[in-house]
Amino acid sequence: MEWTDAQAAKQASKGNQQAFRVLVERHSRAVFRLAFRMTGNEQDAEDVVQETFLRVFKQLHTFDQRAAFGTWLYRISANCALDLLRARKARNEQQTPRGDEAALHWLDHVAARDPSPERVTRSRQIAGMLEPALNRLSEVERTAFVLRHYEGFDIAQIAEALGVGAGAAKHSVFRAVQKLRRALQPAWEVGAG
Amino acid sequence: MIHLEEEQLVHAYYGESDSLFKQHIEQCPDCRAAYQRLKEILDSVTGYPVPERNQAYGAEVWARLTPHLPLARPPAVWQRWWVLGPAFAALLAIAFWAGVLTEHRQAGISVTARQRVLLLAISDHLERSQILLTELSHANAEHADFSFERTTARDLLTENRLLRESALRAGDIADAGLLDELERVFLNVANGPATLSANDLEQIQQRIESEGLLFKVRITRTDAREKGQKL
Repeated sequence: MEWTDAQAAKQASKGNQQAFRVLVERHSRAVFRLAFRMTGNEQDAEDVVQETFLRVFKQLHTFDQRAAFGTWLYRISANCALDLLRARKARNEQQTPRGDEAALHWLDHVAARDPSPERVTRSRQIAGMLEPALNRLSEVERTAFVLRHYEGFDIAQIAEALGVGAGAAKHSVFRAVQKLRRALQPAWEVGAG
Repeated sequence: MIHLEEEQLVHAYYGESDSLFKQHIEQCPDCRAAYQRLKEILDSVTGYPVPERNQAYGAEVWARLTPHLPLARPPAVWQRWWVLGPAFAALLAIAFWAGVLTEHRQAGISVTARQRVLLLAISDHLERSQILLTELSHANAEHADFSFERTTARDLLTENRLLRESALRAGDIADAGLLDELERVFLNVANGPATLSANDLEQIQQRIESEGLLFKVRITRTDAREKGQKL
C-alpha cells in the first residue's frame, strides 16, 4: 500500500527512515523547482533541497498531521532559500546566477510556442531582463512572488511561510509585481515600436 | 469614473479581488486595457525555465541526505582517517599562505595563486567543520564520550584561527565572520569536558541551530571551492 504524505510523515516522525525516504523521493523535484526559482542558481537550489529535508527531518515532530504536508514542506523550503539569499547578500557576492545559456534556453522555449518575429524579439528582451529584475527584488518580495506566481500559494499561505501578516504578504506580492513590471515594460515598448 | 489602482489590478490578476472589481474591469475600457498590459507581462514570466530533474532525482537526494541523518552516522574510525589526513594538508597550506603574507615574499607567487590557496584551504576546512557540526547536531547526551569531538574541535580551532586571520588580511570580511562564529562553537567543545551534560550539549546544538551555522558553512564551502577552482 502506498503511503499518503500524512501517513508517511507520521511514520517518519516516529523514526521510520523508509517513510521519510518516501517523502524525500516524492517531493524532491518540486522542492528543487521552488528553490531554483527563488535562488536562480542550480547549485544553490541543490543546497536548499538538502537543507530543506534536513530541517524537515528535525521538525517532523512539530508537523500538524491535519495540515497539508506539501504546504508545510514548501514553507520550510522557502525559508531555507530565504536564509540562503540573505547569506549571499551578507557575503556581498550577488553573482549573476543565470547566464546567457539559461536565457537562450528560455528564448527557445518561448519562441517555439509562438515564433512570430515580434514575440521572438520580445522574448529575447524578457529573457535578458527577468533574472536581473528578480535579483533586484528584496528577498521577501522574491519569495512572495515565487510562491504566489509559480507555486499558487494564497496570501494566507505566503504570510505563514514568511512569518508576516496577510497585509504585509499581499503588499510584498504587489511590490514584486510592480518592480518586475517596471523592469520588463521596455520589452513591450520595443515590441510596439 | 474612478479607476482601479495598480495594486487592485495585481490582486485581480491573481483572483483575489471581489466581484465588483472584476465587473469594473469588464466595463471600464481604461482599466481593461491596464489589466491586459499587466496580464501580458505577468503571463510572459510564467515560462521561467527550471533545469529538468529526472525521475531518479528523489533517490539521488536521498543518497545525499542519508549520511547526514542521525541514524546513519559513519563510524568514528573512518572519520578519524578522513578528518586528520586532509587536516594536516590544510594546515600546511594555510601555514604556507600565512607565511607568504607575513614575510612579504610576494615576488615568487602571484596574488591570484595566493587567493586560490586560501579559498581552497577555507573550503577544505569548512568541509571538516561541517562534519563535526553535523556530529554535534545529531548527538544525544547518551553518547557519553565526546573526547574525539573535543580533539577534532581543538585541531579545527588552530586551523580556524589561522584562516580567520588570513581572511581578514585578504579583506574577506564575510568568511572571517563565519569563521568567527565557528570559533565560538569550537571553543566550547575544545574547552569542555570529554563528557558533555545534556544541558551543555543542548546549548551547543542551539547555537549551531539558531545561527544556521551548518547551512552557512555548506554555502560558503561551495562558494569558496568554486571560486578557488576558477582562479
